[in-house]
Amino acid sequence: MEKGMKNKNTVSRKGPGAMMGGVVDKPKDFKGSMKSLIAYIKPYWNSIIFVMIFAIASTVFTIISPKILGNVTNDIVDDYIKIKAYEEIYKEIPEGTVLPEGTTGEFFLAQIPDSKKEDIPENMIDVLKELDLSVRPSIDFEDIGKTILMLIGLYLLSLLFNYIQGWIISGVSQKITYKLRKDISEKIHKLPLKYFDNKSIGDVMSRITNDVDMISQSLNQSLSQIITSITLVIGILIMMFSISWRLALVSMLVLPLSSAIVFLVVKKSQKFFKKQQKVLGSLNGHIEETYTGHILVKAFNKEENVKNIFKKDNVKLYKSGWKSQFLSGLLHPIIVFVGNIGYVAVAILGGWLSIKKIVNLGDIQAFLQYVNRFNQPLRQTATIANVLQATAASSERVFEFLKEGEEIEDSKDAIELKGVKGNISFKDVVFSYDGDTDVIESFSADIKAGQRVAIVGPTGAGKTTMVNLLMRFYDVKSGSILVDGIDIRDIKRSSLRKQFGMVLQDTWLFNGTIRENLKYGKKNVTDEKMFRATDITQVDHVIKSLPEGYDMVINEDADNLSQGEKQLLTIARAMLVNSPMLILDEATSSVDTRTEVLIQNAMDKLMEGRTSFVIAHRLSTIKNADLILVMKDGNIIEKGSHDELLEKNGFYAELYNSQFESV
Amino acid sequence: MILYIEIFIMKNLLKYLKPYILLILIAIVFIVIQVQTDLALPGYLSEIINKGVILQDTDAILSVGLEMLGVALIGAVAAIIVSYIAARVSTGVARDVREGIYSKILSLSTKEINKFSTASLLTRSTNDIQQVQTVIFMFLRMVISAPIMGVGAIINAYENAPDMSWMIVVAVLTIFLIIVVVFIFAVPKFSKLQKLVDRLNRVSRENLTGLRVIRAFNTQEYEQEKFDVVNKDLVKLNLFINKMMVSLQPILFLIMNLLSIGIVWFGGHLLNESKLGIGDMFAFMQYAMQVVMSFLRLTMIIIFLTRSVVSLKRIGEILSIKNVIKDSKKPKKFKKEGEGNIEYRNVSFSYDNSEEAVIKNISFKANSGETTAFIGSTGSGKSTLINLLPRFYDVSSGVILLDGIDIKEVKQKDLRDRIGYVPQKGSLFSGTIRSNLLYGKENATDEDLISSTKTAQAYDFISEYEKKFDNPITQGGTNVSGGQKQRLSIARALIKEPDIYIFDDSFSALDMKTDQKLRKALSEKTKEATVLIVAQKIGTIMNADKIIVLDEGKIVGEGTHEELLKNCSVYKEIALSQLSEEELKIKREKS
Repeated sequence: MEKGMKNKNTVSRKGPGAMMGGVVDKPKDFKGSMKSLIAYIKPYWNSIIFVMIFAIASTVFTIISPKILGNVTNDIVDDYIKIKAYEEIYKEIPEGTVLPEGTTGEFFLAQIPDSKKEDIPENMIDVLKELDLSVRPSIDFEDIGKTILMLIGLYLLSLLFNYIQGWIISGVSQKITYKLRKDISEKIHKLPLKYFDNKSIGDVMSRITNDVDMISQSLNQSLSQIITSITLVIGILIMMFSISWRLALVSMLVLPLSSAIVFLVVKKSQKFFKKQQKVLGSLNGHIEETYTGHILVKAFNKEENVKNIFKKDNVKLYKSGWKSQFLSGLLHPIIVFVGNIGYVAVAILGGWLSIKKIVNLGDIQAFLQYVNRFNQPLRQTATIANVLQATAASSERVFEFLKEGEEIEDSKDAIELKGVKGNISFKDVVFSYDGDTDVIESFSADIKAGQRVAIVGPTGAGKTTMVNLLMRFYDVKSGSILVDGIDIRDIKRSSLRKQFGMVLQDTWLFNGTIRENLKYGKKNVTDEKMFRATDITQVDHVIKSLPEGYDMVINEDADNLSQGEKQLLTIARAMLVNSPMLILDEATSSVDTRTEVLIQNAMDKLMEGRTSFVIAHRLSTIKNADLILVMKDGNIIEKGSHDELLEKNGFYAELYNSQFESV
Repeated sequence: MILYIEIFIMKNLLKYLKPYILLILIAIVFIVIQVQTDLALPGYLSEIINKGVILQDTDAILSVGLEMLGVALIGAVAAIIVSYIAARVSTGVARDVREGIYSKILSLSTKEINKFSTASLLTRSTNDIQQVQTVIFMFLRMVISAPIMGVGAIINAYENAPDMSWMIVVAVLTIFLIIVVVFIFAVPKFSKLQKLVDRLNRVSRENLTGLRVIRAFNTQEYEQEKFDVVNKDLVKLNLFINKMMVSLQPILFLIMNLLSIGIVWFGGHLLNESKLGIGDMFAFMQYAMQVVMSFLRLTMIIIFLTRSVVSLKRIGEILSIKNVIKDSKKPKKFKKEGEGNIEYRNVSFSYDNSEEAVIKNISFKANSGETTAFIGSTGSGKSTLINLLPRFYDVSSGVILLDGIDIKEVKQKDLRDRIGYVPQKGSLFSGTIRSNLLYGKENATDEDLISSTKTAQAYDFISEYEKKFDNPITQGGTNVSGGQKQRLSIARALIKEPDIYIFDDSFSALDMKTDQKLRKALSEKTKEATVLIVAQKIGTIMNADKIIVLDEGKIVGEGTHEELLKNCSVYKEIALSQLSEEELKIKREKS
């Protein structure tokens, strides 16, 4: 199935070689990851045992049926030889002669001269001796019919077993897939935000989709394949030896030969596959880069340059590509030829053995069928080994994620906040993202209910750190943050976060109607309350001017709304939650001037009467703030009111004045 | 019409096969040889049984056996040669198509590129090409041989036992019917599956991008439920499809088994009536299996191929785009000492001819030594307007003159050589800082690098790196901040020392202080040049020689900051939204 290209890692991990003995991802710890996977399979142990039984049973049927069919052909051949002999004799004697009942071939043999006897094959003579020449022998279809009916029964049973086994396996693998995905999706919400700081979304996404799919597929296919292949190999060996140990040994001789060839060819082609994947990776990187920078390539007249880089890699790709393709294509004809050698060897030896009456014809026929079938599971094992490796690599990635340390749980006696006023104090707060370098060094401040705090500083100064701390996305290293005098670490996370309305720069909306999005924070709020919120923030008429108004569906990328409209919606969304404290991010760089005014007004309305933390960009916000925190390189370097800070003539003053310096 | 388009698309792809026709023909010869040997093998087997085993002739077994091995060897060699040619041709075509599509995409104008997402273009140049390779390889290795094999096997089977041929027909028809039925049920489910997978991806992506909001609103459980619904749907559908697919293989096995039973049963009757030799019956059985197998193979491959048709179409679609922006056949040349005076004369532009124009009848002049700035709300067309100059787009009507020459009449290369372009998103290429800066001028000296980065306010952070200019830049420039990227992009344009600079909102990620410093240094460096600036912030452009105010694709004001504040309401509105009256006053006094 073709995967959507939404994924960030555009270069598919499963290379084209995954099918045919190509290079697959190697897990770091095969055993460990398999163990974790088996733990997931454990609840379905009963079903797996059932599957095994059915797989073995149906395989046994596939194995014994050629033998039975061989018996049928044996009977047919025996009777056929009698018919042949009868017809040969009747050619010799004059037409119309009626032989008396009980005339055997023995009598006839006595009549002909020895010289002629030598022409008759030895086995024919044996048959002739006991042949009743008075009636034309015929094939005994009654017995054959019975055996054939039994065979059909066996085939049907085998089909049924095969099907039941497949049915159970799909059920189990889908249940495991479901559980894995569910666990991952729950895990996402339990991990500390820190985890995502250095992980790309594409990485986590590919664990949910590609990796889980890989596990699901391999459970679905490989599990029964492994059981079937093993049973087949063992069963066929038993049958081959039971027919004739000599023939069996001869056909076994071919085995080491073909496995040696497979090993050599695969090893050689893996080398080229690896090379190919590597070149492909760098080529894809180059392509991606020049496509995203298309306009620059043009602006700087670099078409020829990038094309030359491309050509170099493309030729390299071609060279390693055709070699690996050719080598893996080599495998099949060689194995078939080696198989043919075995086949002819068996035929020659079989013929000789049947002359010696050690093996009969039907058995040879059956044996040849086994020889053919023997090659198939052997070829499969190479594929299965690859699939297992890839599965282990996938489960390693999945379980690595599932085993990540989770956010510390709320303590049992954590407090549920009620009637919060909105006083916030920072007491000697020290904070560090990585545990070593302190980003915030001993910060203290008291903010009274309803006050406005502006956070200012150049880009990359770490202004979101304050948000992270207040919302307890991260915990302080030492010191404490108090809400109405209560340490936020003693408050239930959910209760704390309920007290904050949040409007961030990245306006996260989901695929759903505007109404659903607005009510995101309070699911069962009435429409009247929603309208009041949009009315106060003056977002109402913006929404109404959209096609379908409140029922307009925001699409997946939310690109059917402008950045400004999205921002307005998030403001209304926060208004609806009506929390006593606010965190706002003012950045409006990609919004046109008229919408900016709207956003401004909406934010001002929202902040009325609430303790607000504003990551501020507008001077008016900054100047009117009760407290300004100036940040630089992650640290709070100055704090105070606008006038205080200007008087101080420090970084803030410099920042403020630079606005008005002429060029 | 649609048919015509499809033929056109395929024709564009087929031409890539042309250089390989001879090789392909040779391959076909060897395929025929290989198939012949495959077909001959059961004959040898029946001969071994007929002449050797039944007649107890060991010599015959040996000689026929050796002959059989010889034939098998020829077959193996032929198969290897076919495999070799298939590998060469498939990867060769893939290489050529890849290069073709890459050059094509590079040659396209921004207007055409914008019709596709980068991700989609990327898929077309990578995964889809891989598909082409696989298709050609499979075609040469399996598709061509399957019908030859099938027909050959049918003829042989018929020759061996004409009375039993009907059984093969019945078996093949049954298999065909079953596969068709399964796929009639399965195919619509496949597309539904894709939709569900997309939905799952969407919900997970939403969850991951909205982590903070979800936690802030305490809606983890709600999100989990949402995920669970999709997860359940997906599992349910997958289960259905799997169960259907699981049934296919055993049924096919059953049919093949029943076929061999049938052959033994009916063959037995024929034997009884002496209408058939025993060896012929065995041979017939082998041929029957070959027929069924080659038929099965063909069906499976066709199913696989129909899926890759999508890939082929996607590639063909790109290859058959007609380039809109071309160099004129008799290009004019700029004068050697061109000054860089620009004139837009009645320029209109629309992305699609049917759509409303984005730029409406705009005329202005921008002279060398002057800074011309463009401001307006989003969608006013200011960015598009300046992107017409380097011919990323071509005007729909009107004309753009550079030093008096229509830019359509000179070579694109000559035109762009005179322009230093700084894009909206400071995008960098993987490599080092140096390799990125050299993009502007290949033979730039270290002095050039230092002076340009100093002007672009990038030198300070560069010299903090241990490796200085040789500090690596990752793909997409993810290891530098947005502001740093913009500064490096500016330095890259500066190194080029062009006659004309285009700054397309290139200061947006800079903080006020850096922005101000940079513009100061820049004005020194670009004194002689023609400078075009698009900006959002009034502060960035208020000192420009000329400010052009755009609204909905039209010029609504033109003049200096002072003039516009007095007589352009749109400009005043923008200015007031960013600065208070009093601040505007301060600025005015200082400047």
